[in-house]
Amino acid sequence: MNWTWFHKLGSPKWFYEISGRWLPWLAWAAAILVSVGVVWGLAFAPEDYQQGNSFRIIYIHVPAAFLAQSVYVMLAVAGVVGLVWKMKLADVALQQAAPIGAWMTFIALLTGAVWGKPTWGAWWVWDARLTSMLILLFLYFGVIALGQAISNRDSAAKACAVLAIVGVVNIPIIKYSVEWWNTLHQPATFKVTEKPAMPMEMWLPLLVMVLGFYCFFAAVLLMRMRLDVLRRESRASWVKSEIKSLVGKSA
Amino acid sequence: MNPLRKKRLFIVLAILAGVGIAVALALSALQQNINLFYTPSQIAAGEAPEGTRIRAGGLVEEGSVQRTNDSLSVAFRVTDGAETVTITYQGILPDLFREGQGIVALGRVNADGVLVADEVLAKHDENYMPPEVTQALEKSGMMKHYEGGKQEYAK
Repeated sequence: MNWTWFHKLGSPKWFYEISGRWLPWLAWAAAILVSVGVVWGLAFAPEDYQQGNSFRIIYIHVPAAFLAQSVYVMLAVAGVVGLVWKMKLADVALQQAAPIGAWMTFIALLTGAVWGKPTWGAWWVWDARLTSMLILLFLYFGVIALGQAISNRDSAAKACAVLAIVGVVNIPIIKYSVEWWNTLHQPATFKVTEKPAMPMEMWLPLLVMVLGFYCFFAAVLLMRMRLDVLRRESRASWVKSEIKSLVGKSA
Repeated sequence: MNPLRKKRLFIVLAILAGVGIAVALALSALQQNINLFYTPSQIAAGEAPEGTRIRAGGLVEEGSVQRTNDSLSVAFRVTDGAETVTITYQGILPDLFREGQGIVALGRVNADGVLVADEVLAKHDENYMPPEVTQALEKSGMMKHYEGGKQEYAK
């Protein structure tokens, strides 16, 4: 296997150039997929036989919940890369992805509460799925707070990486909480091994939304990382010339 | 991979394995406390604590719902296929409440073994479908077949 791309990630300049090329594609893909998914899911998908129209919140809830968990796994992977290979870009990715993940967790919890009220009859129940998701939100808060609290960049990176890696234990707990324990939350509609438990005209818009959310995350993450790379490498000559050309363009 | 990186990778993996085992042990020790509700079989077997508020969950038994004409009182039986628990409740039931639906009721078991609930929550399953599909399934008699799958989660 060719690992040169991985070693190239050690160079912030290379990352800045390649991400600049990807960014417009990702941003456009996100805009198109999310707008198609929203209109399709909220207006055209059929309503559910039991829940009626209130089930449509699934088109926001599920993509946000998927992303909340994927982003945390990404934090842990970045943490391992940062600790083992001492790659600076891994810390940039970890710090910049954490707030996005926290927002996604918050959206998942909020839409879940709004959905729970009409269907279950309660905004919040302390069942295993909801509680483990709340713990995920606090883990994100912990990573963000730790990154801000330690002024030495290297120590902050190390501390955040360890917290991200330790916290990843929560991800399988969230995933399997609905199978291991009696919960109010229903089991997963989508499983890798089985057919989804909804017809195609319902899951297709959901798939579009999930892909759109992932593209949105990738685009926002790259934007945030590019800005952070410029800030951290501000003394490098390529950054100075880059900023000069950016300022010159707008002036 | 050079030896130093390999060593660091092993340390990271060892930390992760250690934390994972610790959490797994803690969760298995807390197994019962994490369950949101007791099933009728658990209540019948005396696993649920007595004299305190508990949650009971299961499917509302077909034909067991008794409403009154002059109040919001309702009585019904909840089953997990093996045992049943009678539940009484006074108040507005969630929209999804119906016979055959999974519910979770919070309340106290009285001397007659009846759970007097002050909160009834509806549980819905992971299956979604358009109303036309449901009607078609009912017409062809396939709904029973499909409902069989729903019993799964009440175990």
